[in-house]
Amino acid sequence: MSHPVVIVGASMGGLRMAEALRRFGYTGAITVIGDEPYAPYNRPPLSKEVLAETVSHEAVAFEQRDSTADVNWMFGTRVQATDLEHAVVTDVNGDVHPYSALVVATGLRSKRLTVPNGELRGRHAVRTLDDAIALRRELVPGARVVIVGAGFIGCEVAATARKLGCDVTIVAPGTHPMQRPLGTELAAEMQRRHEAQGVTFRMKTAVTDLVGTLAVDGVALDDGTTIPCDVLVEAIGSHDNTEWLEGNDLDLATGVRTTNDLRAVKSTGEVWDNVFVIGDLARFPNPIFDNECRRIEHWNIPTETAKRAAQVFTGNAQGDFRPIPSFWTDQYDNHLLAYGVLSLADEVKLIDGEISGDCVFGYYRDGDMVGVCGIGMRSVVQRYRANFV
Amino acid sequence: MITIDVDMNKCQHYGQCVFEAPSVFKLNNDDKLEFTATADDSERSNVEAAIDVCPMQAITIVE
Repeated sequence: MSHPVVIVGASMGGLRMAEALRRFGYTGAITVIGDEPYAPYNRPPLSKEVLAETVSHEAVAFEQRDSTADVNWMFGTRVQATDLEHAVVTDVNGDVHPYSALVVATGLRSKRLTVPNGELRGRHAVRTLDDAIALRRELVPGARVVIVGAGFIGCEVAATARKLGCDVTIVAPGTHPMQRPLGTELAAEMQRRHEAQGVTFRMKTAVTDLVGTLAVDGVALDDGTTIPCDVLVEAIGSHDNTEWLEGNDLDLATGVRTTNDLRAVKSTGEVWDNVFVIGDLARFPNPIFDNECRRIEHWNIPTETAKRAAQVFTGNAQGDFRPIPSFWTDQYDNHLLAYGVLSLADEVKLIDGEISGDCVFGYYRDGDMVGVCGIGMRSVVQRYRANFV
Repeated sequence: MITIDVDMNKCQHYGQCVFEAPSVFKLNNDDKLEFTATADDSERSNVEAAIDVCPMQAITIVE
């Protein structure tokens, strides 16, 4: 009997990979190994709708389809190492799993603050269901919430916390929130909208330490001031879950470098035919934009890359892999929707609507559109999507 | 025929489904989702793709 396809990572990417293998005709054994105790669930609501309500696995779990009923799901099991030459992975219990093909779907984990007085209660991350359950408990009216990081997650938590009646301050090193993806003008406008909702920004500022004995009581900043804090939310980015891949001569500089077909590449340029990388970790060239290998950490990418990897594995892939990156974020009544890779732009301009209301921005590199983002006006944003097909 | 249901309490009108099954889903002039409640069996794989890309996981095929 041949060895199973082993998928390491049991989040959305791992689930979609198992489903896609079945859809494209693979009938052999599949093992999915994930370190979280839960069956795959949808993460975006954790910083938005779900955080505003009671948080439960049931509310966010993906539907289990009949096609994957015979998959061997191993939850709560961390993979420790892999030996690609011998085609095995070893889990934390010392059990060895030989594979016919390996799918890397371990994604990212939250980066946390490193401070001298760090052993305190009241520190939160926002990535897993358990994170959201713990944070939800503390977002009570009047709670003084300090969010470190002004990316999408930090801003979504800020909006949710304001709705729940918390007092909210955002601390971040940049000039405006979400500036790197959105560009200065739209980012400044989003800051104004957050301020109008009562959020305080301490931009161009970093956290130097925490104040408190058992629980967080305050946050010390590099301008010498201290702000009071009951609930600290650390939304400062992520680390790659790639330690288990070390020692295999892969290019792990950021994510895992792959071919356009999502096969892992050795540092020598040689390709592993039976090792695929999907989701946030896949650093692949996308011919829509150029030949540069890039990661795309958007929600639609695990599903797109899983489908492609399954097509390649089963011999059903046609043409180049050209997924259109897409993201959205909801903050109060501001519904942002974007296509493309906004951060590639050397020029950003308003192309429809009014900056003070609903509006659409175009993102251009050397005069070519590389991204589009709107507040509202979804039909207009969707029309520009055709530029990337 | 297949029967399609969208939980409108979950739907946030992102319109990602529109590109997977354009004969079933569309955004109207107010940017709200509209969909046909039934479709031919040949649409099943497109609707399943739409289910996968729905950020709110609001779409189901009623069996």
